[in-house]
Amino acid sequence: MADIRNNFVGIKSPNPFWLASAPPTDKAYNVIRAFKAGWGGVVWKTLGEEGPPVVNVNGPRYGAIWGADRRLLGLNNIELITDRDLFLNLREIKQVKKDWPDRAIVVSLMVPCVEESWKAILPLVEETEADGIELNFGCPHGMSERGMGSAVGQVPEYIEMVVRWCKQNTRMPVITKLTPNITDIRKPARAAFAGGTDAVSLINTINSITGVDLDSFAPMPTIDGKGSHGGYCGPAVKPIAMNMVAEIARDSETRGLPISGIGGITTWRDAAEFMALGAGNVQVCTAAMTYGFKIVQEMIEGLKNWMDAKGHASLDDIVGRATPNVTDWQYLNLNYVAKARIDQDACIKCGRCHIACEDTSHQAITSMVDGVRHFEVIEAECVGCNLCVNVCPVENCITMEPLAAGVMDQRTGQPVSPVYFNWTQHPNNPMAKAAAE
Amino acid sequence: MAEGLFKEGIAAARLSPEKYADNFSDLHPPLDHHEALVESDRCYFCYDAPCMQACPTSIDIPLFIRQISTGNPLGSAKTIFDQNILGGMCARVCPTETLCEEVCVREVAEGKPVQIGRLQRYATDVAMGQNKQFYERATPTGRKIAVVGAGPAGLAAAHRLARYGHEVTVLEARPKSGGLNEYGIAAYKSVDNFAQAEVDYVTAIGGISIVNGKALGRDYALSELTASYDAVFLGLGLAGVNALRAEGEESDGVENAVEFIAELRQARDLSALEVGRRVVVIGGGMTAIDAGVQAKLLGAEEVTICYRRGKEQMNASEFEQDLATSKGVSIRHWMQPKKVVTEGGKVAGIELEYTALDGDRLAGTGKTLRLEADQVFKAIGQSFEPAALNGSGASIAMEAGRIKVDAEGRTSLAKVWAGGDCVVDSREDLTVAAVAAGRDAAESIHRALTSNGRA
Repeated sequence: MADIRNNFVGIKSPNPFWLASAPPTDKAYNVIRAFKAGWGGVVWKTLGEEGPPVVNVNGPRYGAIWGADRRLLGLNNIELITDRDLFLNLREIKQVKKDWPDRAIVVSLMVPCVEESWKAILPLVEETEADGIELNFGCPHGMSERGMGSAVGQVPEYIEMVVRWCKQNTRMPVITKLTPNITDIRKPARAAFAGGTDAVSLINTINSITGVDLDSFAPMPTIDGKGSHGGYCGPAVKPIAMNMVAEIARDSETRGLPISGIGGITTWRDAAEFMALGAGNVQVCTAAMTYGFKIVQEMIEGLKNWMDAKGHASLDDIVGRATPNVTDWQYLNLNYVAKARIDQDACIKCGRCHIACEDTSHQAITSMVDGVRHFEVIEAECVGCNLCVNVCPVENCITMEPLAAGVMDQRTGQPVSPVYFNWTQHPNNPMAKAAAE
Repeated sequence: MAEGLFKEGIAAARLSPEKYADNFSDLHPPLDHHEALVESDRCYFCYDAPCMQACPTSIDIPLFIRQISTGNPLGSAKTIFDQNILGGMCARVCPTETLCEEVCVREVAEGKPVQIGRLQRYATDVAMGQNKQFYERATPTGRKIAVVGAGPAGLAAAHRLARYGHEVTVLEARPKSGGLNEYGIAAYKSVDNFAQAEVDYVTAIGGISIVNGKALGRDYALSELTASYDAVFLGLGLAGVNALRAEGEESDGVENAVEFIAELRQARDLSALEVGRRVVVIGGGMTAIDAGVQAKLLGAEEVTICYRRGKEQMNASEFEQDLATSKGVSIRHWMQPKKVVTEGGKVAGIELEYTALDGDRLAGTGKTLRLEADQVFKAIGQSFEPAALNGSGASIAMEAGRIKVDAEGRTSLAKVWAGGDCVVDSREDLTVAAVAAGRDAAESIHRALTSNGRA
């Protein structure tokens, strides 16, 4: 049986599934339920500095978009950091850690961007025996208007400065949580790395409006006729998050920097994909908020079963395995030729491949052959774009089949070359010509 | 004396009031809002969709389903009504399992088609519930058109003609309009007086006046219509019922299934309707099923449908056959009626002869079977009675016992079009086919009245 015990920057947990800093980790009651359900760790919902508690709105905090059968695809959140008393949270953290010593408890923090504020809170957290801290530089709503959260995360210099303060003032491992509301995710990661962070975690939520009420013309979620952009999360953000994880994982300037992957993770497969791209563990929130804590059972067993089936003994065997395969477009092999192939036995003749190709792409799929409804790829027109595969409602009905070296590509009239050949070598690339001259 | 179910002979009040209500409630209850959204999500929005090809009225099914899924049920209803103004009834009575849903790619892929009929009902219910009218009459043309028969073909023709600004008079023999929608459909397929509500919805466009109780050949002649109207559309039904050609056919207790169905639909109090304890229905079409199932639902203890050929040859769809058997009706194949057995002038049973194929020809085997019965329904087809047309002046060309028309619905007589059950048509005798025929004939009439010498 695969061993899925996790050691993330020295923080040990029985599995790599942590609950992210968010509503589900706001108090002992929820966290204990999560641990009972089997979660490997939690990042306790963000604590702020000592003083009057944070105030939340009293109307809707969440908005959503849905797929078929109202399956929740994306969630939006305007809840702020914990609105409970700092010392109540600290007492609960200490007690829960004492009662659940094998589980990871990391405490998320967000205090004003001055050294004194960080110096003040760090010893209080250390006293709880929590395993580490996560710096919340990500939240895009509310706190950012007060110079915290993503307001810090969007300025690499601030990130580096705050990380350095923390590293100088605590023995606890420091995880820096990054905001995706930025042009190049590598910049804040490099800054955190330069400040000495032990790890980064990403992504935090994305600025979003989930909908507009067309009667009141108000954005959703709507508070008394008004709305404010919230943080977007859930399955819809997973592709964005995975790209950002991969960008950091393959950046030579931050090579080896541990990453805790976050963003729409719902199943064991999502988790495995994040880990393959370089995440040392994963954090989950929306899936738990949608289905409850029990989903972790599927994640644990699913990950183990997949690892057993593929012969992966431990998480070290999978983390980062896909990272070397993430490259720049210019290095993709232009001599690789694939053609769509439609399995006629599996085809249900909906015709979506045809109309997608006919209306919007390359006119490479028939709709009628000899007077009979029939969908077939015209190889001489097929550029191998994969659109038909993506729109086909039947899994594995349409597949992309690579042409073997030497086989004639009917579209170009040229045999497929066995040689790897990319844009940097292509005669149409002025830069390639310049290099050759 | 035996009560309820066990009353001998033909008797009323076999069931409790609750049981009647339950038995004759909506066969396919309407989808609620959430169900409609979930079901509409299942549609793949196929290219050149097979369902649309299979619909006799060519409703753009993928589009109307997509409109439901985007929260636009009124737009969806308009997509339906554009092609089929009786889309509400068709949603209830179409044998979708042999039309759109049979060819749905999800039926092919997983044996579970998108429930097109129920989605169509959802959208049309929304529009009709608000009495949302989508069409306005064009400027009146001054042209007058007579429509004979207020059934599906006549109503569809009338609506389309009224849209074009023509003035339509519909002459209907029966006291209520709707034709088979009102008189010929099993009660559980059209509840809450829907057929009349639909007639009101269709005629609300204006320019259509319906005169009930006026029968062609009895109250007026075709020649009178052609003399006083610019065009005539004949949307007559089938008035004749085929005979059993079995001894004792005239006995007390042998009845026409169509009359039983009509009487049941018109009944205010189902418990007042009489039905036999043991009922035999002769036939293999929808009428046989409707009569058999409803006899069972009225409390008959034993109902047997006897058909002279096999299951595959039955005109009733597989869904209808399954519906009948699920209600406790037994269907027996390969037997034909030979003799109605009577006791004291009343039906006591029926003697049937087993049949078999002799090459391509169906033949009796000589072996017989006797079933106990106190009521026998004839459901072996209906026929057009051309008598109403006779004596109407110039005779109209017939073919295979029905009115001969061309592709546009034109008869051999000038100014006279026809459609629906009364014509020879490649389309089946279905409500939806009648709607298509009426609509298309109206288009032809409009072209004829406006292109030559322009109104």
